[in-house]
Amino acid sequence: MNAFKLLDGLVAPLDRANVDTDAIIPKQFLKSIKRSGFGPNLFDEWRYLDHGEPGQDCSARPKNPDFVLNQPRYQGAQVLLTRDNFGCGSSREHAPWALEDFGIRVLIGPSFADIFFNNCFKNGLLPIVIPAETVDTLFRECVATEGYRLAIDLESQTITRPNGELVRFEVDAFRKECLLNGWDDIGLTLRHAEEIRAFEQKRRDMHPYYFA
Amino acid sequence: MKPQTLYEKLWESHLVRQQDDGTALIYIDRHLVHEVTSPQAFEGLKLAGRKPWRVSSIVATADHNTPTDHWDEGIKDPVSRTQVETLDANIREYGALTYFPFRDERQGIVHVIGPENGATLPGMTVVCGDSHTSTHGAFACLAHGIGTSEVEHVLATQCLLQKKSRTMLVRVDGEVGPGVTAKDIVLAIIGRIGTAGGTGFAIEFGGSAIRALSMEGRMTVCNMAIEAGARAGLVAVDDTTIDYLRGKPYAPSGDAWDKAVAYWRTLHSDAGAEFDKVVVLDASEIEPQVTWGTSPEMVAGVTGRVPNPASIDDPVKRDGVERALKYMGLSPDMPIGEIPVDQVFIGSCTNSRIEDLREAAKVARGRRKADSVKRVLVVPGSGLVKRQAEAEGLHEVFLAAGFEWREPGCSMCLAMNADRLEAGEHCASTSNRNFEGRQGAGGRTHLVSPAMAAAAAVEGRFVDVRNLL
Repeated sequence: MNAFKLLDGLVAPLDRANVDTDAIIPKQFLKSIKRSGFGPNLFDEWRYLDHGEPGQDCSARPKNPDFVLNQPRYQGAQVLLTRDNFGCGSSREHAPWALEDFGIRVLIGPSFADIFFNNCFKNGLLPIVIPAETVDTLFRECVATEGYRLAIDLESQTITRPNGELVRFEVDAFRKECLLNGWDDIGLTLRHAEEIRAFEQKRRDMHPYYFA
Repeated sequence: MKPQTLYEKLWESHLVRQQDDGTALIYIDRHLVHEVTSPQAFEGLKLAGRKPWRVSSIVATADHNTPTDHWDEGIKDPVSRTQVETLDANIREYGALTYFPFRDERQGIVHVIGPENGATLPGMTVVCGDSHTSTHGAFACLAHGIGTSEVEHVLATQCLLQKKSRTMLVRVDGEVGPGVTAKDIVLAIIGRIGTAGGTGFAIEFGGSAIRALSMEGRMTVCNMAIEAGARAGLVAVDDTTIDYLRGKPYAPSGDAWDKAVAYWRTLHSDAGAEFDKVVVLDASEIEPQVTWGTSPEMVAGVTGRVPNPASIDDPVKRDGVERALKYMGLSPDMPIGEIPVDQVFIGSCTNSRIEDLREAAKVARGRRKADSVKRVLVVPGSGLVKRQAEAEGLHEVFLAAGFEWREPGCSMCLAMNADRLEAGEHCASTSNRNFEGRQGAGGRTHLVSPAMAAAAAVEGRFVDVRNLL
């Protein structure tokens, strides 16, 4: 996994609530057996005017000029502002894979769906939860200011606004550590293999019918 | 001892270790695997030179990509076929407790085959790379949907990294009226608490209306816990649970059964256990539900109306409703009963079990699909459900009504195979998600119960099924 420490990135505002993972990456692209290459199909149904299928050359497809990520001012965005319950629905990890492949590294919103939130951390993406009023302020500033950037520092858990003001955010200590170091959590868990084995043996003795 | 909730009992009995920040390793008893979310996990395992920790925990099937007709022709879409063959190859290489591949007589939707084979047992932790894993909570299992990285983590370590959830009790008191089903109960719950209402919670469903449900009904309710944002739904063990499991292929037998049942009987929240949140609904007030929008919380009773955005103060919410009405092609204040139906889908991990098919057949019997309805798909949840339905003659009822009787699979719930909506079509669907494009690009999904779906099929619009019973 890629480590995440610091980012000073261009911000794009996706101003709608309950963005589901079907919208982030539609089902036809889930047939791939790879982890990469989903970026061109991120938000496929909103981003393009035609219907997308796997294996197409997306550069030749007609783009929806109204979709925010197609607007020239947001090209190269690495930070996505979101509304409530972003990433709801299907557990597909193809959603963070698509966001990451597109170039997004940080999502900032008032709330995220559980499974999506969790999947982000496994892929070097940082989802940040801050109060809805602060998210509103960032949306307003972003729309009003072309080239709006935010600086995100995971170590100090801060977002720096263009005016220098800091927004602090919370992040789980363990997830932070993994993200800062780019650690593979399977490797970390296997350090406790003995403990897992002992637990398993005890459970097998007590409830053999779960191990049949 | 302090009274415990069911969730706390399940959490404690699987806790391998816990770090200071609350991150815990939870032992996983059952790992359900399907073709869409597993290939990258097996590949990761292979690249790291790791092996599955305990293959006897794995139960696998192919369901998302598989066609529901012309099985003799195999899977025509080469990309889908590759994905299914990749699962075949991975299970061949690593092994599993059991695998129901494409065209196997016990193949079916992963959340149908687990319970019907007794591979889902009370007190287990169950995971699957699929958000509707919450279904298995109907058996008092701690069941979570997980991402592909977590699938790999469970394969490699038999554990999941988790933080303890908060607990919510949703109590549905009283009795539902005739024609009101588990699907209506859970849609009414989501309508009340919202699609993010359960985020961070494990929801236990209780109260007399839940206790009165069959296991099929309880699975429908827990299945949609994720649509309320909760990663896990739970129902306590009672006689209904035990009776359902007796004699199932992977359920224990003899002395082991008695020992298991004695333990399973303890799997309920203790009297006086405290929940972080309690929500109470009156079952008698729930009428058949129909979703009108693009999120499961956008739901109304069948006698109700589509909302008017002008009456909503919150700008984000108002904007969401306006956008949904535009996508769905509906006007403000329109009666639900005036929404036309182009296609009907009866199936999915929410509503494809035998009881669901019986409910639909009850309405379809002696009636015909309306001419204006292009197609009615009935897709049983598994080969076993299909055979049971055929033994009861349900397929003949459907065929006589002009419905199509298909092979098992996920089908038009997510339209990964050839079963899908055309842009602009309205579908009465017994599935779980009415998101934009979920059943086909531009398709308009209305979530309903199997009985309501059958009623919509014969009338060509949404009608109150209570008038047809």
